[in-house]
Amino acid sequence: MRANSAKALVLPLAVLVAFEVWARATHLQSDSLAPPSEIVMALFGAFADLSILTATRDTLFSAFAGLAIGTTIGLAFGIAFGISDTLDRLMEVTVEAIRPIPSIALLPIALIALGFGYRMEIVIVAFACVWPVLILSRAAVRSIEPRLMEVARALRLPSAQRVWKIIIPAALPRIFVAFRLSAGIALIVAVTVEIAINPLGLGAGIMLAQQALRPDLMLAYLVWIGVIGYALNVLLVVAQNRLFGRAALSGDGA
Amino acid sequence: MNRAALLWRVASFAVAAGFVALWQLIASLKLVSPVFLPGPDRAWAALVRGFSSGDLWSKLAGTLEHMAYGWLAASIAGIAIGAIIGSSRRMRTYVAPSLEFLRPLPVSAIIPVAIAMLGLTQAMALFVIAFGAIWPIMLATIHGFAAVEPRLYEVARSLQMSRLAVIFKIALPSASPDILAGMRLSLTVALILSVVCEILAGLDGLGHWVLLSARAFRSADLFAGVILLGLTGYVTSVAMSLAEHRLLAWQAARR
Repeated sequence: MRANSAKALVLPLAVLVAFEVWARATHLQSDSLAPPSEIVMALFGAFADLSILTATRDTLFSAFAGLAIGTTIGLAFGIAFGISDTLDRLMEVTVEAIRPIPSIALLPIALIALGFGYRMEIVIVAFACVWPVLILSRAAVRSIEPRLMEVARALRLPSAQRVWKIIIPAALPRIFVAFRLSAGIALIVAVTVEIAINPLGLGAGIMLAQQALRPDLMLAYLVWIGVIGYALNVLLVVAQNRLFGRAALSGDGA
Repeated sequence: MNRAALLWRVASFAVAAGFVALWQLIASLKLVSPVFLPGPDRAWAALVRGFSSGDLWSKLAGTLEHMAYGWLAASIAGIAIGAIIGSSRRMRTYVAPSLEFLRPLPVSAIIPVAIAMLGLTQAMALFVIAFGAIWPIMLATIHGFAAVEPRLYEVARSLQMSRLAVIFKIALPSASPDILAGMRLSLTVALILSVVCEILAGLDGLGHWVLLSARAFRSADLFAGVILLGLTGYVTSVAMSLAEHRLLAWQAARR
């Protein structure tokens, strides 16, 4: 295990060292590349003047707010469609007509309706997060052990309690898998919206660094965005394993 | 399709039509300002007008072109690189972890770097689209190669097949469901990145069209563009499912 993780580090380290040496040897002057040492310095600089932390806060706030809204909507519809086959079949065409719209295509609509800022970004993130949650939670509710539903019926649980006490706990591991997927999407969409148009957060920061011809700062932002994406993913995978263990794996194939 | 399923379909279309009628009602009563929300009638008129004047055709063609070139380049490169990495245990231990580390990176973050290198050009868009679309394909190929039934490799060894023959006769066919699933995922990524690049670089395409319409507050044209983008997403994913079904027919038959 340890030998393998050491081997995994060989390639990135070799690339970094080779790049540093090459950049030093050729006295690299470029608008798009910078040696790793300067990237690290730029990253420290951005931390020191707090600019990257503010940007991170803005991006994560938009991403999580959108994630929360999108997950809630997706979950509500997913559970409703999972419980009622009739509703699911009736809504099929509507859902299939809206779902393929690429989230980023809503950007201009959100822009004229809400203007620049958090709100339009949150709306777009929420739209993108609805679908994975809706589809996976629908599948999760459908695959609930039928006997649990029979128990609910035998106990004459009212439907609110049936959802709360039987359906959500039974489907929770797979719903969490959907949440994990959506969280990744939320970050991606938030950064994309910022890069495309919205003047806040990490995406705007990296665009600004590019326009200011600061390749070191631009690549520092890129590295930092990568670190955040990776950390978010690791955090959610760990949480999933802690909370649900193997129970969640059944949903991964869906 | 049997009768009941057909009836459900019809009912489902009726519900969708109901929502469109509701949308029309909201727009006609001006519950939402028509600056933001055109009715379906105006969106439809804008679609017809755009197509009859040829504007929308060329924008649609532009987006499809970006998407297709980027996606095809990503597919070829992704399968090739994935095959090289996936078919060697050594490459898998050395390279695959770095790829896993890069995977959660929001690919759009590469756009500024691409702009700095290539400028606001078509080449930049193709690079970004291909770079974004390559990940699902490459990782699916590596995974598919790693998951090949080990006995098949043993057979290959006892038949003394060359490495190329092993890749083409054993690994690729048995990894094809994974690879096709990856290609389907990338299709969505390619569409999204096409739109983003068109918005940023002002390249001819639907992304640019919707942005310009929004800037000029021509909401009917804007909705026409968004509807077309949705249709593009839908049609390409249906086409991909059909192709998947066709290409994997031998597998379904075997099961």
